Amino acid sequence: MSTPGDRGVVWLGSPSFPDAAREALKDTQLRANLARATSTIRDKRLAVASELDDWEELRTSAAAIKRRTARHLDHYLVQLEESVTAAGGTVHWASDAAEANRIVTDLVRATGEREVVKIKSMATQEIGLNEHLADAGITAYETDLAELIVQLGDDRPSHILVPAIHKNRTEIRDLFAAEMGHWGEPAPDGLGDEPAELAEAARRHLRQKFLTAKVAVSGANFAVADSGTVVVVESEGNGRMCLTLPQTLITVMGIEKVVPTWSDLEVFLQLLPRSSTGERMNPYTSTWTGTTDGDGPSAFHLVLLDNGRTDTLADTVGRQALACIRCSACLNVCPVFERTGGHAYGSVYPGPIGAVLTPQLVGVENAASLPFASTLCGACYDACPVKIDIPEVLAHLRAEVVEAERADRRAPTPEALAMKAAATVLDSPALLGAAQKAASLGGRALARRGRIGRLPGPLRGWSDTRDTPVPPAESFRTWWRKNRSQNEGER
Amino acid sequence: MSSRDAVLGRIRAALADVPPDETPDDVPVPRAYLRSHTAPGEDLVTLFVERVTDYRATVHRTDKAGLTGAIAAALASRGVDHLALPSGFPVELLPPGPWTWHREPLDVSDVDALHGTLTLAAAGIAVTGTVVLDTGPGQGRRSLTLIPDYHLCVVYAEQIAADVPDALARLDPTRPLTFVSGPSATSDIELNRVEGVHGPRTLDVIVVDPTHPEKP
Repeated sequence: MSTPGDRGVVWLGSPSFPDAAREALKDTQLRANLARATSTIRDKRLAVASELDDWEELRTSAAAIKRRTARHLDHYLVQLEESVTAAGGTVHWASDAAEANRIVTDLVRATGEREVVKIKSMATQEIGLNEHLADAGITAYETDLAELIVQLGDDRPSHILVPAIHKNRTEIRDLFAAEMGHWGEPAPDGLGDEPAELAEAARRHLRQKFLTAKVAVSGANFAVADSGTVVVVESEGNGRMCLTLPQTLITVMGIEKVVPTWSDLEVFLQLLPRSSTGERMNPYTSTWTGTTDGDGPSAFHLVLLDNGRTDTLADTVGRQALACIRCSACLNVCPVFERTGGHAYGSVYPGPIGAVLTPQLVGVENAASLPFASTLCGACYDACPVKIDIPEVLAHLRAEVVEAERADRRAPTPEALAMKAAATVLDSPALLGAAQKAASLGGRALARRGRIGRLPGPLRGWSDTRDTPVPPAESFRTWWRKNRSQNEGER
Repeated sequence: MSSRDAVLGRIRAALADVPPDETPDDVPVPRAYLRSHTAPGEDLVTLFVERVTDYRATVHRTDKAGLTGAIAAALASRGVDHLALPSGFPVELLPPGPWTWHREPLDVSDVDALHGTLTLAAAGIAVTGTVVLDTGPGQGRRSLTLIPDYHLCVVYAEQIAADVPDALARLDPTRPLTFVSGPSATSDIELNRVEGVHGPRTLDVIVVDPTHPEKP
């Protein structure tokens, strides 16, 4: 098995989150695009989620189904393998990104084809499949509109559901006009920037590809252990095209996507569309079980991908992140994501879920700034349809980062020294009283209009981005001692 | 060691905290959610019509006697002439008129040349405004309802399930299923929903409801 750093997921050479975020915040166009898109989707999600009186019960059931699955993952994967095989499919197991890429490349080569059409899939993005296929002389055409925008722009995805959320309609129009011709059918002359017109241009651009493709690659939203049924949830019909027209279908799914039974889907098919696109139901959901004579692909391959998921599973606090159904509701409600966008996270999984998933998939030492890319406000937990306690996992991973840093260094960090000093002071009532008195005097000397701006010396790093309130003239403990002794007699 | 054994081995090692005698059924899954989000006694057909319409599909409601006329009216209003007709579609329902019906075998380019497809459905879902196709009689292969730009779908009132749980219980997962909620759409540009991408850009649904008299 490769080292965690080789698992794809994070983009090599990406700056750490604070540096990337600082750059992103300067991009006013990006911030305007994100604010507009996330506020639209937040309102829609809230409207359709509040239509269901039992939203909380659905979330509770979804979390419990995922918990049951995780605790018996080996059992359900073996069962899935049996049912898919019995239905005419072939199951492959991949330890890591490199192995999954090798399996898919060999399967495509065996067909003799040099082109594949692709349905949007986080798993194949995570393993860098397109790049790997390109090295093998195979061209992968992304067919989801947002993925197409990212591919044409030689860009990186910045959102789980809408990878091109950072681009507005005018930027997309310009990109289509400039780039579509290099990949196939060019954009029509005089293309406008109305979304309907842009969607029409994508339809024309991809039409012949769909009708002639022999091999398709997809991900999976769910795979049902007891029936062997695989599920793809989509909107545009590009998924249906890829799942139906080619002769060979290769599906790459993370091992955590398995669900026990067909009827468990009744929970997820209610939660997912409402949480992701804010719809009661997405336009198209396709399910298939192995192969069917006379309809759809005659060969179906299912690649089960580990790539760090078993490491995540081993962490009893962090494993809940494997319940994620990739709806992206947590991104849309996150005040940090709304301002920095997805690229700053440097990972195919951005936003709150990315901040807990990425460090676990690649090892905290390879994504040490991500657990801190959050205010711990908890909006993500409230929005999560499978009740992943993201703030809990963030705090847990922060502790791991601090532990790892301590183990790494001989000299303690300034933070560790400060915490140690605080522990000494908080342990002793006398020391605390003295410190509070000193803080009150010192604070008032530094304050301007009730706030303390830039602090001196090593504290500057902290005060660069925040003001400190002036300590009160009298601490609560002093006040309590005074007032309590005065009032004692009146009781 | 095979990758299969390696992955399964790592899973078992990762789950060291799970007691060896615990079975999947020992992990409680509460199911306190509702089987349906319809009000008691609510008319499923009315709700289905409302919800399908909400996603920019056009719905016609008729009784059995009015079905052929409703098919003719829908096709005429859309100006579609060449239509795929899946095997098993009841021919007695076809309206006389200018329409040419294309039957299997059809290859991809044949289907691509057609204006639309007329099908039955396997089920409907009232709360979500969904029709479900299972490639059964009168529905055809999945590509027949995908490649042409127009889909006219006939759903019988008794096929309409109240909500998702009831619908899934009626369906056979071993068949290829397609859940269709409105025409193809995308939210990929500024997260605004736009109808009409790769699937049929126009979806018409006819609901056959015995309690609904034919419209004059």
